[in-house]
Amino acid sequence: MLTTKHHPNRLGIWGWLGGGRWGFERYLYTLHRLTGLGLLAYFLMHIVLTTSRSLGPEAWARAMKTVEGPAFVLGEYLVFAAFALHALNGVRLVLLELGVGVGKPIEPVYPYRTSVHVQRPLAVGAMLLAAAVAIIGGLDFFILK
Amino acid sequence: MRDQKLWTWHVAAGVLVLVFLGLHMVIMHLTRTVGIGTPAGGHAVDWGNVVARGKSLFFTLTYILLLGAALFHGLYGLRNIVCELGPSAGLKKAINALLLVGGLGLFGLGTWAAIASFQLASSL
Repeated sequence: MLTTKHHPNRLGIWGWLGGGRWGFERYLYTLHRLTGLGLLAYFLMHIVLTTSRSLGPEAWARAMKTVEGPAFVLGEYLVFAAFALHALNGVRLVLLELGVGVGKPIEPVYPYRTSVHVQRPLAVGAMLLAAAVAIIGGLDFFILK
Repeated sequence: MRDQKLWTWHVAAGVLVLVFLGLHMVIMHLTRTVGIGTPAGGHAVDWGNVVARGKSLFFTLTYILLLGAALFHGLYGLRNIVCELGPSAGLKKAINALLLVGGLGLFGLGTWAAIASFQLASSL
């Protein structure tokens, strides 16, 4: 039977924030997790809150009243921006998993070359798109009232 | 093998979430720049628009699909993060059970709400 030796995760959650000379993609990994956890927390509350629409207009109005005000608008915008980042970084991750944008395999001859630089344009492009979506969202949330 | 299958479902659910949550975000939050899904005018959360979307079979079915896909994608992602921290086998089982029961409960609640609001909106 195949056995796997497990190593303890010594850094734990702190390993997301520091622990080495990291590149841009490693910070995207941290942001992907943070935005994912934030979106999940919002989503679980959102399911419960929006249930009120099935109870009629008064229940819906009461529910909407509890999430009014500038703090909630800002919070909703952060959810929107987190979605933009998580979604477009997710597209990047799926493309990499499918072997898109990682370059052709090469002989492992010293000095070894990393494929990270080949992947970099995809990461930069995904984040520029996420920033564009977040800006359009910002226009809708705060400017075009 | 089981985790490999679940990971594939996690990615597939992510693609579904991207499409349907993307549509949901555009309808709910880009009302001024894009302006779709608000036939009653005004804001997307105004009761008239809620009723208009509620009586649509497309919105009802895609809400349920999005609910299931997003719950699986989110809760499986959370499980992976927690399991990376090296919990004991017993704690891991408890976390799996908690997330499964919680996820199924929320899916039941959300599905009931989508069907009940479809029936309510159709009767108005």
